[in-house]
Amino acid sequence: MIRTRPREQGEQEVQAPPKNLTRRVLTSRQTRLGLIMLLTMIVFAIVGPFLAPHSPTAVMAKPYAPPGDGLLLGADSLGRDIVSRILSGGANLTWMAIAATALGVALGTTIGLVAAFAGGIVDMLLMRVVDVLLTFPTIIMAILFISMVGPSRWILVVLVAIGLTPGMARVMRGSARPVMRREHVMWARTVGLSSRHILMREVLPSVTSPLMVEIGLRLMWSVVGLASLSFLGFGVQPPASDWGLMVSENKDGLAIQPLAVFIPAVCVALFTIGGNLFAEGAARVIGRTEGTRS
Amino acid sequence: MATEMTTKQAIDAVEPVKAPSRRRNRRATIAWLIVQRGLMGVVTLWCISVIVFVATQAMPGDVAHIILGAGATADQIAQLNKNMGLDEPLLTQYWDWLGNVLTGNMGNSLVSGQPVSELLSERIFNSATLTVIAMILILPLSLLVGLLAAVFRDRFFDRSYLGTSLVVTATPDFVLGSLVIAVFGTVVFKVLPPVSLIPPGDAPWQHPKQLIMPLAVMTLVGVTYLSRLVRVSFIDVLESEYVQLATIKGLSTRRILFRHALPNALAPSIPAASIMAAYTIAGSVVIEYLFGYPGIGSALVDAVAGHDLPMVQAIIMLMAAAFFCFNQLADVLGTLNKSR
Repeated sequence: MIRTRPREQGEQEVQAPPKNLTRRVLTSRQTRLGLIMLLTMIVFAIVGPFLAPHSPTAVMAKPYAPPGDGLLLGADSLGRDIVSRILSGGANLTWMAIAATALGVALGTTIGLVAAFAGGIVDMLLMRVVDVLLTFPTIIMAILFISMVGPSRWILVVLVAIGLTPGMARVMRGSARPVMRREHVMWARTVGLSSRHILMREVLPSVTSPLMVEIGLRLMWSVVGLASLSFLGFGVQPPASDWGLMVSENKDGLAIQPLAVFIPAVCVALFTIGGNLFAEGAARVIGRTEGTRS
Repeated sequence: MATEMTTKQAIDAVEPVKAPSRRRNRRATIAWLIVQRGLMGVVTLWCISVIVFVATQAMPGDVAHIILGAGATADQIAQLNKNMGLDEPLLTQYWDWLGNVLTGNMGNSLVSGQPVSELLSERIFNSATLTVIAMILILPLSLLVGLLAAVFRDRFFDRSYLGTSLVVTATPDFVLGSLVIAVFGTVVFKVLPPVSLIPPGDAPWQHPKQLIMPLAVMTLVGVTYLSRLVRVSFIDVLESEYVQLATIKGLSTRRILFRHALPNALAPSIPAASIMAAYTIAGSVVIEYLFGYPGIGSALVDAVAGHDLPMVQAIIMLMAAAFFCFNQLADVLGTLNKSR
């Protein structure tokens, strides 16, 4: 039934995969490239505001003025320096995406592990709540709340995190369920260790592989979500600078000043593609190595 | 998110059904499954209605203030409270609202004063047209691309296809759309209109040129998602023993692919197509706004910007209900596949 292709078999005999998960995942070129792209974009977004030659909100020239007069790429729809706006447009997106991912992953993992650990009625109730939340597309739910509360940055972070939580809970419950039947967890339960201790020390370390893949994926989704909300006008508010916002601000001047749309769009794309490369590469490495271990 | 949802939900759905009804015939199982799903659906939709209500009308703080803005006089606020019944207890408000929603009376738009259902009917028609045409393009294309990628597995076509789909999946819709507009609309080729304004009263297909770009973006996103699932299920089938046997028997490649592999590889893709239709609804907000297409998604953006509460409630209820229905459909289709 199970036929391993000869080439793959040969490879595995030559070099056993490293035991350490991080090092094992980084053996793949795809994951390394993804991680490098992610880190580059994060560093660019954090350092960018300090390198900006002008204030990102100051009006320097006529709308859509061509390059010149100390403006390297010209001016945007309101006559502000495009270079400065690009350099300072990633900071908000980056911290908000990272915060939303951290919050969403933490919440989702907690719910998933508790559901798998408790089982029975608790499991059923939690999963029903997750089902209901899953019927709401993240972006629609975010728009619903923003329509009344207004787009404050922390509310955006919380909304995106809530959007990430149900999917995360599903995945973590799925991977934690088989772990619950392993000997070390059964032992810990019999001995009577506290639930908290069992979940943190016995179960969590056994589900780090899916966790790593999910973090990459969820980071990508939060960047996509936050940038899309900014693009729709429900995210970071003008006059602050933001890549998603820049695309919608300057899209009417696409014919005159295409770079004002193009560069921010590519910045967002590089960020999300990096996350996806990392997640898919990691998933492939983990699938290949852990499938053969057990 | 989408794929993991179907398989998991399908497994969840199978478990409770299996035990009591293993002996019963298959039709009873399906009927029971549909009843169960239907009940679950009613409960879920009710939960959605509560969420929508809580997020809008029952929001802490003065709803009338939010709608009218900071410059509203006390008279105006009192008038609005009275018109919308905002001065009544929340529970009464909720039951009134739910009753109205169930009878199709979504109230009047606060911006234009016309009934919401009237304003939305044309928008819904436009959005549905766009989605249906997109689905008609997506299904055969993803089948073709997925099949080719599976047949040429690990060769150049497959590698470049996987790379492209990884990039497209990760790129937000508005970025793809802006790039498409830049290339074909304004900067490089200037052959297509950069915005898709359909005059009110006209059917969208009377303006085919306006539809090309939004459809192109929707198709690109849809095909990259769906064809990957087709590819995986084709690879599974091609590695199965009966296809190997057919090869050994010396059947022609075409016969193996279309008579033996296709029906079996198609089955897992059908629920996925339904899931994709669900995600198209959420994605339509961004795409319609980007192209200025007069659909339900751009109506939502306008309604939120104009604090048009009844419009927001109606559109979000509609979208959530449609999204939910497609998801349930995918679930049932997936379970039927499994039980076969």
